Order: sequence, then C-alpha cells, then structure tokens
Amino acid sequence: MDEKSKYILEVKDLHTSFFTDNGEVQAVNGISFTLEPGKTLGIVGESGSGKSVTAYSIMQILAETGKITGGEVRFHDEDITKWNSRQMQKFRGERCSIIFQDPMTSLNPVFTVGSQLTEAVLLHTDKDKKQAWARAVEMLTLVGVNEPESRMRQYPHELSGGMRQRVMIAMALVCEPDILIADEPTTALDVTIQAQILELMQELQQKLGMAIIMVTHDLGVIASMCDEILVMYGGRVCERGTADDIFYRPAHEYTKGLLRSIPKADNMNEKLVPIGGTPINLLQMPDGCAFCPRCDAAMKICLSEKPEELRVSETHLASCWMNIKDLYEAQEEGSHE
Amino acid sequence: MSEKEKYLLKVDHLKQYFPVRQGFKTIPLKAVDDISFQVRPGETLGLVGESGCGKTTVGRTLLRLYQPTAGRIEFDGEVLFDSGEQYDENGRLKLGSDGKPVMGKKVDVNMLPYRRQMQMVFQDPYSSLNPRMTVEDIIGEPLDVHKLYENRDERREKILSLMELVGLNAEHAMRYAHEFSGGQRQRIGIARALAVNPKFIVCDEPVSALDVSIQAQVVNMFEELQDKLGVAYLFIAHDLLVVHHISDRIAVMYLGKMMELADADELNNNPIHPYTLSLLSAVPIPDPETARKSKRIVLEGDVPSPLKMPTGCPFRTRCRYATEQCAAEMPQLKDRGNGHFVACWNK
Repeated sequence: MDEKSKYILEVKDLHTSFFTDNGEVQAVNGISFTLEPGKTLGIVGESGSGKSVTAYSIMQILAETGKITGGEVRFHDEDITKWNSRQMQKFRGERCSIIFQDPMTSLNPVFTVGSQLTEAVLLHTDKDKKQAWARAVEMLTLVGVNEPESRMRQYPHELSGGMRQRVMIAMALVCEPDILIADEPTTALDVTIQAQILELMQELQQKLGMAIIMVTHDLGVIASMCDEILVMYGGRVCERGTADDIFYRPAHEYTKGLLRSIPKADNMNEKLVPIGGTPINLLQMPDGCAFCPRCDAAMKICLSEKPEELRVSETHLASCWMNIKDLYEAQEEGSHE
Repeated sequence: MSEKEKYLLKVDHLKQYFPVRQGFKTIPLKAVDDISFQVRPGETLGLVGESGCGKTTVGRTLLRLYQPTAGRIEFDGEVLFDSGEQYDENGRLKLGSDGKPVMGKKVDVNMLPYRRQMQMVFQDPYSSLNPRMTVEDIIGEPLDVHKLYENRDERREKILSLMELVGLNAEHAMRYAHEFSGGQRQRIGIARALAVNPKFIVCDEPVSALDVSIQAQVVNMFEELQDKLGVAYLFIAHDLLVVHHISDRIAVMYLGKMMELADADELNNNPIHPYTLSLLSAVPIPDPETARKSKRIVLEGDVPSPLKMPTGCPFRTRCRYATEQCAAEMPQLKDRGNGHFVACWNK
C-alpha cells in the first residue's frame, strides 16, 4: 500500500489566527496530527487552548475574523485549505460532519426535526423528498430515538437534552461521512445521559466505520473513547500519542500536571496537586514554551526557545525540553560507564 | 446538649414545592420532596444528582432563600423552621382521629442573625459578583450588613486578611470583578462567604465552571480552609470524582428524593441503590485501562418531568428491579448499618 491511503486526514503545521481590535490572536499555532480511518482521536485541553478552533479550521467554519494563516489540512492526500467554497460545501456534511456542545443552540428552533434532517439528504444526494424522509427516519432509529416518525414532526424544544444530541448525531451521520468531529458532545449533558451518548457513538463507529475526532476537556471521556490523544495548550500541541502513552507515560510537564490535578479513582484521599498560575493570555504569548510561566520544572531554555517536537517512542511525540534534558543525562551517564 | 454537639444541621421531612401554572390549574412542582439528613460540625456532606433533581433547591431552602413548604430545619440546636407536622418512626405522617394531620408548634424565625452562621458560594463566579463593586466592597458587604467592625480601619484590615486567607493579592482590593480570572473570582466569592465567620457553607457547584487545572486549586483551598476554620460544607456538585474527593459523606438525590446516603468511600465501593450504581458506573474514569475493563450500566430513557412524577419511587420507570410495591409507595430512607442509608424496596 502506498502512503496515500494510510491516513484519512493529515494536518500539517496548521496556523489559525483571529484578527481582533487588540491585535492578532494566534489561536492555533503550528499543530500537526494524523488520523487513520475508523480510529478515534481525542483533542484535550483547557478553555482557550485552541482545541475547538482546530476542529473549526478543518471544517473551515471559523468566525469572520478568523483565518487559516498557514499549513495544510490534507484529506485523502488533497489539501482542502485550497478548496473553493463550493468544494468545501460538499466536503462538509458529506465527507466530514461536526456535532456541537450545546444541542439547543445548534438546532434551528423554527424548523421541525424532520425538515432539518432531510435538508442534508436533499442537499448532498439525489434522493427525492420521500426517500429523504425514509432515510431520516432510518437514521433516527439507528441513534435510538423512540417513535422516530412522530419525532420527525416535533420541534427541538419538545425534546430533552439527550434526545437533541441524538438528533444532532443523526443529522451529522445521515450522509455517512468519513470523519465525525465531536466538539464537547457531552459537556452539557448529565452523567447518565453522557454515558448513553458515548456508548452510542462507539456503537455507530463500529457499524459505520467513520473516524472520530473528539474535542473535550474531560480526561475521563478521552480515556474511555480514544485510541490516540493530542494534548493542547496555548494553541500548540504539547504531546501526542496513544491513550496509554499519555495516561501512563506522560512526557510533557503540562500533561503530568493535568493528571496530578484530577482525583484518582483508586486513591481518593490523596491530595490534589494543582497547576499554579492562570491560563495563558493568547495576546501575550511568551517567546519560549507556552506553558513555561506555570511550569515548576522550567529551565532557562524554556523561556527563550520554543521546544521542538521530540519522538519519545514510536507512537509518542512530545514538545518539552525536559525530555531532551533526560536524554542528555542518559547519554552522559552512558558515556561515564 | 449531646444532640447539639452531634449535629450542626438537622433537616427533617423538608419539602419545597413551587407553584406552576398549567392552563387554568396551578399544580405543585415538587423540587424537594420529603428529605431528611444531618450535617455534623466541620464535615463535608456531598450532594450529587442529575440536573433537575433538586440539589440546588435543597441548598437554597436550607438558607431560607426560599420559604419551605413543609418540614423542620434545626441549626446548632435551635429550630429555624417547623411547619408542625408530626411523623411516626416509620416516617409516615401522624393523623388525628378526624383524618387531619396532628399539628405541633409552628416555628418561623427571623433569619438575619442566623445568616452570620450559614453562608453560600455560588456556581457561576461571573454572575454572582456585582460588576459595579470593587473586591473590597464585595467582601465587605456582609461585614456591613452584620455590623462586624468598629471603624473603617478595622473593616479594611478584616477584608485584607480574608483576601490573604483565600490566596488573593491584597493589592487587588480596589479592582473590579471583571479584572479577575474565573478561579480568582471564585476565591472572591469564598472570601465573601467567610467574612462573617460562618459555621456552615452551602457550596453550590463551586468548581463546575472552572478549568481542570484551576479546579484543583479551588478544591484544595476548600479543604485547607476547613482544616483551618472548622467550617462544615454542603458540597453540591455533579462531578462525582470531585465530590468523592472532597466529601466525608455523600447523599444521592433523584427527582427531589434522597436515594442513598453513606460515607464517601462506602458509597463508592459498596453502592446499594440501583440509581447510585448506574450513576457511578456512568462516570468516565480518567484511566484507559479501567475504562476498557469497566462495563457501563446504561440507564434507559430520560429523567421524567418533575411535573409528571411517577407514583411511589420516582426512579422505578428506569429501574431494572422495579416491582408493584415500588409503584405503590416510596420506600423510606433506612439505615443498613454503619450509617449507610438506602431508600429502596428491593436491594
């Protein structure tokens, strides 16, 4: 097999900026990752880390002030940042769909569920209205909505939060896209409903085989859903690797801090170790590592130079000078012996 | 006397209904329906449940921000509210020979002096601070209301020491709330609650709006303040991991009723009520190994509307073990040993 077919999506050195009255805000600052078909990639980070903007950049649904300023987004080895709006319109919905955090504000309150579901089918396929209706009902059944026929005639406000999120998922998957981007899909939902939705997404992935990009701040959701994880801070990638790499062998000081600051299920009485300081202001980015002002292990080099992405293991990359120090020390030790 | 030492707060058969108009009829929305629990001095009682289960209403009713519909609230040995109904040892309403409930003495005190003892920290640090007041005035307001200082200097001194206590820079006293980050604002809210030196604080989802790294800072501060000041918390939250971490005991609510109450570790290791069981299994554990192994008990369907509450046990519509008895009567919260209270007929 050639290189072309291995990844369904390849993001290379992506830069996205917002041009505000206070100056340029580099929300996404040179991130790269790859996605294999049928796999789940988790993007985790705090608010303002650029995780949602990354998702919106792939779909090119940024706000008016936002612009992709550099890098490539390769879908099946074609750079889609160069596509025109018509090509993008076909891409959205048909090849790649997105579900948003708040299902109340992302569904249109003045149209019925049915008309919103059939809209995508009518737009992207040559099905007629009747076939589109049947397809929509089929989709609603698939996502576990009871009485789909009568739900089709209801308005979003008549449904509960979990039901609305199911409708959103049905709408996103109605044209069987290759990639589903889920932007904090369960943050607005209760735990028992969250469990239902996560279970549903895993089930649908097995049935339909789409790749999922899961954007969230919840490390628990990430751990239970994702094959690969991307940790972001201040618009940059801290580290990326398999779920086991990130949770059991974290190689970036930020990831380590993040894992220390959540209660562990097996040892509840252990004291939490918070990350000091406050989240970064994207208007005042430091020269060196973005996490440096809050990092306990910061060294001189962290202040002045951006850390380079270093391969920790075959599946695991991290951008932290500490790893180079470790490597250097290991080498030193080796030479002494 | 012994009773007073044992419990700081004792709540019996508390009910809080809200009138909701539906067409020509006004029907009661039973936000809190017959709840009893106690809070010991200096302990943290966690209160968990899904949205709409009435956990916030419990907190607000305790502070009498709402007028309770019925029940009895006793704080530090004094009765703050008593609607007069009497209950037998099985928790059933005592009825007289005429079929009407036997009524005891009604009590409804003026809350102002007691608000020095009980305070609240709100969920949203953005909307719970007045944007037109400086931090000094926000923290100083409870001092003004309860007249806790002799002169301006003493007021300022108190405010600055409170700011230091919660880890705020004293130089920021003249700033406005919008100049602070979410975590710092929550610290201002906590300093305001601590200003009157209370014995009991209702914390209504105090960390839900914060980022993970900041969340840990605030949770740690709550714990340190408790060690230092001996204040008791009612910690309301929906994040079960955080609640388990901070609480001594945890109470689980569902649709206005209390389902289970036990020591935090006991509840997590040995949950009895089917609702607690599914709630705990639904929590995503931040550990890939455990996540792969564990099996979620996924509950069917949604929480019923509190206006169309099922008869008997409200959980029976989603419960695997539901029987006819569950539809007929709500089980009482009973001690199953070691202070592990459960309200379930079948488990």
